[in-house]
Amino acid sequence: MSNPATTHTEQHQTEPSYLKVKSGIGNWLVTLDHKRIGFMYLVAIILAFLLGGSFALLVRLELFAPGQQFFSPDQYNQLFTLHGAVMVFLVIIPGIPGALGNFALPIMLGAPDVAFPRLNLSSFYLWCAGAALLLTSLITSAVDTGWTFYTPYSTTTATAVAPAVAGAFVLGFSSIFTGLNFVVTIHKFKPKGMTWFKMPLSLWGIYATAVIQVLATPVLGITLMLLFVERMMGIGIFDPALGGDPVLFQHFFWFYSHPAVYIMILPAMAVMSELITVFAKKPIFGYSFIAYSSVALAMFSFLVWGHHMFVSGQSKLASMVFSALTFSVAIPSAIKVFNWIATLYKGDIYLKTPMLYALGFILLFSIGGLTGIFLGSLNVDVHLHDTYFVVAHFHYVMMGSALIAFLGALHYWWPKISGRMYNERVGQICAVVAMLAFNLTFLPQFVMGSRGMTRRYYDYDPQFEIFHKLSSIGAFIMGIALFISFINLFVSMKRGKIAPRNPWGATTLEWQAPTPPSLYNFPAGENPKLYPLYDYTDLVHVSEEEGWVRRSEMNKKGVIGSLGEEA
Amino acid sequence: MKNIILNGVQALQTAVAEKATEAAAAAPMVMEDLTTYSDYEPGNYWLPPAVNVTAADVDWLFFVILGLSVFCFVAITAVVVLFTWKYRHRKGHKSVPSSSHNDAMEVTWTVIPSIICVFLFVWGWQGFLDLNTPPKHAMEIGVVGQKWNWSFNYPGSATEDAVTSAELHVPVGKPVRLMMRSDDVLHSFYIPAFRIKNDVIPMRYTKLWFEATEPGTYRVYCAEYCGQAHSDMKTKVVVHETGGYEKWLKEQRKSCADKAKELAWSDEQLNECRMNTATNIYKVRGCANCHSIDGAAGTGPTFKGMWDQAREFADGSAGKVDANYIRESIVNPMAKVRAGFNPVMPTYQGKLTDEQIDSIINWMKTL
Repeated sequence: MSNPATTHTEQHQTEPSYLKVKSGIGNWLVTLDHKRIGFMYLVAIILAFLLGGSFALLVRLELFAPGQQFFSPDQYNQLFTLHGAVMVFLVIIPGIPGALGNFALPIMLGAPDVAFPRLNLSSFYLWCAGAALLLTSLITSAVDTGWTFYTPYSTTTATAVAPAVAGAFVLGFSSIFTGLNFVVTIHKFKPKGMTWFKMPLSLWGIYATAVIQVLATPVLGITLMLLFVERMMGIGIFDPALGGDPVLFQHFFWFYSHPAVYIMILPAMAVMSELITVFAKKPIFGYSFIAYSSVALAMFSFLVWGHHMFVSGQSKLASMVFSALTFSVAIPSAIKVFNWIATLYKGDIYLKTPMLYALGFILLFSIGGLTGIFLGSLNVDVHLHDTYFVVAHFHYVMMGSALIAFLGALHYWWPKISGRMYNERVGQICAVVAMLAFNLTFLPQFVMGSRGMTRRYYDYDPQFEIFHKLSSIGAFIMGIALFISFINLFVSMKRGKIAPRNPWGATTLEWQAPTPPSLYNFPAGENPKLYPLYDYTDLVHVSEEEGWVRRSEMNKKGVIGSLGEEA
Repeated sequence: MKNIILNGVQALQTAVAEKATEAAAAAPMVMEDLTTYSDYEPGNYWLPPAVNVTAADVDWLFFVILGLSVFCFVAITAVVVLFTWKYRHRKGHKSVPSSSHNDAMEVTWTVIPSIICVFLFVWGWQGFLDLNTPPKHAMEIGVVGQKWNWSFNYPGSATEDAVTSAELHVPVGKPVRLMMRSDDVLHSFYIPAFRIKNDVIPMRYTKLWFEATEPGTYRVYCAEYCGQAHSDMKTKVVVHETGGYEKWLKEQRKSCADKAKELAWSDEQLNECRMNTATNIYKVRGCANCHSIDGAAGTGPTFKGMWDQAREFADGSAGKVDANYIRESIVNPMAKVRAGFNPVMPTYQGKLTDEQIDSIINWMKTL
């Protein structure tokens, strides 16, 4: 950056950025800085995503035509197990909280770090240990249970379920530590003047997520421990041959895994609220409704696990109660969608890459949510359960919503993380192509599912071939687009233009920090100032190099005259 | 560089071609013409034909929700696109302040979806009650799921034997209750054309009921993942015309010997009947999922040329393929597991009659 005339963004940057403060791999590995930990999480999660995505593409390759194509049935079963386990445990659950939350949360509070930096580092290393355990056992001994580990298949199959389960157990602790850390950080580090209802909405979402992480994940730990004990010592808990109850496992499993869906989607909704207000240059519509709906979703998420089990043999009364509660989840979700749309009204909408992801998110999440109504209705679910309709539905929520939100948020915070701007045009094209290809992949799955195509099938009837073909083609296009978008980001670290402090004109505190932030986020003597949240009237876009600045600040300095009114 | 790419493409093409030949060679040993199924063509764009008395309610609610979903999605998309276009950033355009909350609006879009949800829940629940309330006079058929086939048990009476079959046979227009259990892991019994599904659990009975409205042949799937040949764990339900079911049952109760007496068959004809019994068992009872009869490799050893051959077992012992070995392998497969194969075969004890096992032994001699 070589523009000495307007050095606003640089004038305080006397301290080196967190990327440069102490270089060397050794310093990174023992860092306690939340930003570096977040960055390491980010790299690890993107690698895991590419791995999990490759498995998905191999599954789609096999399903391109009926009959045997490239893999044996056993290999196919291993591939979908790998895909599910990697994507759920290694990518979507830690994705937004671990990588982006870690980076952004303390800065959004104007704080120097999270409450427990050492716990934070240990949660990253637990992630690494869990990932190593899970991946080695999955790959070397070819675990074929599906990511759900349903008993008694998982207690009787000859593959190494025990180490895989131990891996998931360790990953659970990584998640609990992160959640605990965030709950305490938000409670204790809110700056003076930032009340709960003046807190950025993404923090509400991350807070609600963290509460679920802390409360629900131990149940997964206990369940997996019981499974482990049963396999290793033959103690009958789930296997009926040993006097156990296989349906009990499903209750335990979904008691965690349904809230886990909200561990994935709540932070996604949270960052979407942020993106939509920033790029529409409008205060968020219905702040308190969005905030409360996050809390409502977090609470309801504990009460609906039985809707995974309408045909499992659980009592019909239980199914009825779970169906009723499931419908109640639809309401806070709908409230959020309506509020996001209302935020766009009379705005000034910048269709930058993050905003494209955010607008796509609204539509994809709507499909994911609306198709959930089919599955919440008891008698319709009996027909659709365990078909591709369900597969398509949860991919619209987990990938079309949670992962698309992750990508949007990643592009949004990337300039702050890396200090560089990525190629906007490439980012925009990849976003649009990936989301169109996503629909090509999963819309046909709704049709074949309602026509009776059951899931986890290696081979299928010829009448479903056309839908499988479309789905496979879509998957590969999407894979390419997403791969290029990651390349685009990482190439920008070397080649991108230097990013200004506030490239998007956002009002949250992280955009007052230097880009990239210094070690303790805000250099000594430079305290972040609380301006009205989501009020964009004071911000003005100066230039690509300068980004957005506050008119009032400039007035004080008497330089307003030199600032352009319009970009 | 160009050469490398060309070579790569060529290698890939060869690999794909080889795979295709292999795949053709390893194609399912039992090829069935699915076009003969009455539900081969979907009933409409979204759903299979509906041939159960409770199916109409399911379909009705499906289309209500579909209509509602399409309406909501189109409306949401239209507003998003309209706002995005109308308020897009351009020279001279600025955001205009407007109220950032409106309680009346929030209450409206909370209450309306809530009311709709109550209705959808109640309709779904009522349909679900129907799905779970079989008429008192429903006839009962037992269903057993095991890796990786289904068997169906039709109860006998004081004068008639019970019958076991690998395909579900039912009369049209009569309520049928299925009492289902699994012999190993979880399975799920699913008939798309009937819109019914329920998990099948070891050591516990689960129930389903239906009343078929149209004679024909419909697909039956396993919907709960159960391992290697999960996608081969399918069969069909044959809905007989009035009177056809009783005729079928009667036919099933006759052994080849009965038929030979009745129809004054020659020895060759009787023998042919027994061979047909054996090949039929091989095809429909799941043997064909793992054992080939043409020498192809599979989960289990091939049956081709097996008779009288020396065999080595996993525990180091050895033996010969004779009638006792075959019988033991059917009723107690873990007793002697052939070296080089996994101990995965389920037992057929009590699922095949002695006469059926005899016919299999005789048939194996001829392979």
